[in-house]
Amino acid sequence: MTNLLAARELMAFTLAFHIVLACIGVALPAIILTANYLGLKRGDRDAMRLAKRWSKAMAVTFAVGAVTGTVLSFEFGLLWPRFMERFGDAFGIAFAVEGIFFFLEAIFLAIYIYGWKRLGGWAHFWSGVPMVITGIGGAFSVVTANSWMNQPQGFVLDAAGKVVETEPLKVLFNPAWGYEVPHMILAAYMVAGFLVASVYAVGMLRGRRDRLHRLGLLIPLTIALIATPIQLFVGDTAARSVADHQPAKFAGMECIQETGTDQTEYIGGICTSDGVKGAIGIPGLDSFLVGWSTDTEVTGLEQISPDDRPPANTLLHLSFDAMVGIGTALLALGVWLAIVWWRRRDIPRTPWFLRAVAVSGVAAILALWFGWIVTEVGRQPWIVQGYMRTSEAVTDAQGIWFVFAAVILLYAALGSGAILVLRTLSRRWREEGDEVAEAEVPYAPREVGT
Amino acid sequence: MTRADVAAAILWTGATLYAIFGGADFGAGFWDLVAGDARKGARPRALIQRSLTPVWEANHVWLIFILVVLWTAFPDAFGAVMSTLYVPLTLAAFGIVLRGAGFAFRKSFRSLQAQRALGATFALSSVLTPFFMGTVVGAIAAGNVPPGGGDAFSSWLAPLPLLVGAMFVASGAYLAAVFLVGDAARGGDADLEGYFVRRALAAAVVAGAFAVAGVFALHSEARYVFDRLLNQGLPLVVLSGICGIGVLASLLRGWRRPLRPLAAGAVAAVIWGWGVAQFPYLLPTSLKISQSAAPPDTLASVIVVFLVAAVVILPALGLLYWLSQRELVGE
Repeated sequence: MTNLLAARELMAFTLAFHIVLACIGVALPAIILTANYLGLKRGDRDAMRLAKRWSKAMAVTFAVGAVTGTVLSFEFGLLWPRFMERFGDAFGIAFAVEGIFFFLEAIFLAIYIYGWKRLGGWAHFWSGVPMVITGIGGAFSVVTANSWMNQPQGFVLDAAGKVVETEPLKVLFNPAWGYEVPHMILAAYMVAGFLVASVYAVGMLRGRRDRLHRLGLLIPLTIALIATPIQLFVGDTAARSVADHQPAKFAGMECIQETGTDQTEYIGGICTSDGVKGAIGIPGLDSFLVGWSTDTEVTGLEQISPDDRPPANTLLHLSFDAMVGIGTALLALGVWLAIVWWRRRDIPRTPWFLRAVAVSGVAAILALWFGWIVTEVGRQPWIVQGYMRTSEAVTDAQGIWFVFAAVILLYAALGSGAILVLRTLSRRWREEGDEVAEAEVPYAPREVGT
Repeated sequence: MTRADVAAAILWTGATLYAIFGGADFGAGFWDLVAGDARKGARPRALIQRSLTPVWEANHVWLIFILVVLWTAFPDAFGAVMSTLYVPLTLAAFGIVLRGAGFAFRKSFRSLQAQRALGATFALSSVLTPFFMGTVVGAIAAGNVPPGGGDAFSSWLAPLPLLVGAMFVASGAYLAAVFLVGDAARGGDADLEGYFVRRALAAAVVAGAFAVAGVFALHSEARYVFDRLLNQGLPLVVLSGICGIGVLASLLRGWRRPLRPLAAGAVAAVIWGWGVAQFPYLLPTSLKISQSAAPPDTLASVIVVFLVAAVVILPALGLLYWLSQRELVGE
């Protein structure tokens, strides 16, 4: 039991860390190329400077993402060897496809990031385009592996429970991919867009109101704000599909104890077996959201055998609410900007707008984490829904808590190192200009090297 | 040749490419570690930094490739390796994080202290990571990884695995020195070229010595592999030796063109020699390739993915190397 908990916490922690970098890796290329395109097409030097700076920042985040992603591939085997033994031949197919995308992304990212000086303007721009496509392809492959764990299909088991036949296309295009994959790709664009915009919002709040900051705010913010309404739509579809296919997860998310029609939608609160405490209830709304009618029957937890119920009901429910709440707030931010922009082609004058953008990056990351808590904790106690329990998959290895402690220290250093590097770069750009900072590839320290 | 054999060949191809390119990147970290103080080490370290920067992440992806092919095509073997050798594998994973972060962060700092600390992190983990990976390979070759899992410590804390670990470090250092000779020559830096020629020679001798010692260890710890290595695998052993001698001759005579292919050939021949020697076992002598193989359609997808990769990735990778060798990418 303690091994299971340790392995789950370690996996969750390393995934939560990596997924932020994965989002940046998936979506930042498109944001950079937008700035690069504007720079080339309109001869906009500010846009060009932004593209260059962001690509230098991406070099840092990609390196950290590459190594933390490697850790996850090790963890599949180190923490869940029984799962990989039994289902690696089905689950792995998506990762084999992912390998191609990740490889291509790494190659073109290197060409783009390190090609600024010596490749011609448009040749350099086009060398970056594969990053956008491979980012989306990579996200598809990894997330479809996860959606397979939620709605597995495309394999035949023998009497001993071993996979004896597979249908790779059915594995890749399992019933959950259609909503999980777009949900995640849009999330990546939101996280990267709001995160970059929030950096420039902070700069503007500190009085740096030049054109560079304005563009640095508007390019990523526009991209994120375009993704947001689509995301709410996709998320809504996802929730309905979960209600159909994973009723235990849905009941956990919505705190539904008893099966029936006319289910109340609870916002907030604590889930108990006697019902929800301290929530705002909207009668009938949950049934309505699931089937467009208050007569829709929704499965409650009492109908799920106690062994098959997801743990941490309140955590699931509040995570779901927080994700939806943050998404809605970000949508409101977009509506605000759109109205003001339509009226006078400018961002809202009040500092509250910049303050809102300044927290939007962190808010988007929180929504991302809450969403994955819903997906992953909501699937428990299963690692492969309906086929294998997480407790059957875990390793017998000793010392996972110890490794977990070491990983926390290592990742704390890694995270603060990355942030420190990014802040150092940004300060140097501001104080010394882009060229000075860029020309400098110090290895040997100045005082002794030169 | 069955689909499972093809998948095993794909696995070995990935391992070969990782050993050559990833190995050279680790080896460069070794030379960074022993380059001396900030003043003495400045020029070799700058060359190492320039050579590695655009390519190390792409080279690193071969490791992901190996893991993915192993768990998809041979899930039982993957499970056995992971649940037996979790200690060296965990240490290798830590090393990978520290190596990448140390390298990526180092160039952004200007203070000597920060550069030293991050440089040491990069360099030290560049030595430890391949060592632990080598112990994993050695433990497999020694037959200490049965299906279902073996002993967590005695499986790799044995002479053969430890020796293979050392051999990994040495062969990485050897490849890196040879590659850096070429990079220094292209940069027109004769001093630095000589610097890495001397190191390549030394590393070649050390890696060769470890290889010979490895054969003795195979004799006592992995008899099956030993016997086949000196029978079916003999041509590859001889080929590796010829390539190695060719490298030495090229280094001494100042030939630069054949250096890289010969050095890579020497390492590749050893890896395929090992493959031939443990055939038809994936985990000698307890799990055969055929016993561990995934269902046929999964194997077919692995093969298709590999073919697509060969058509799409190899040209892209070639472009990256071409650009970086012509210094069209770089900082």
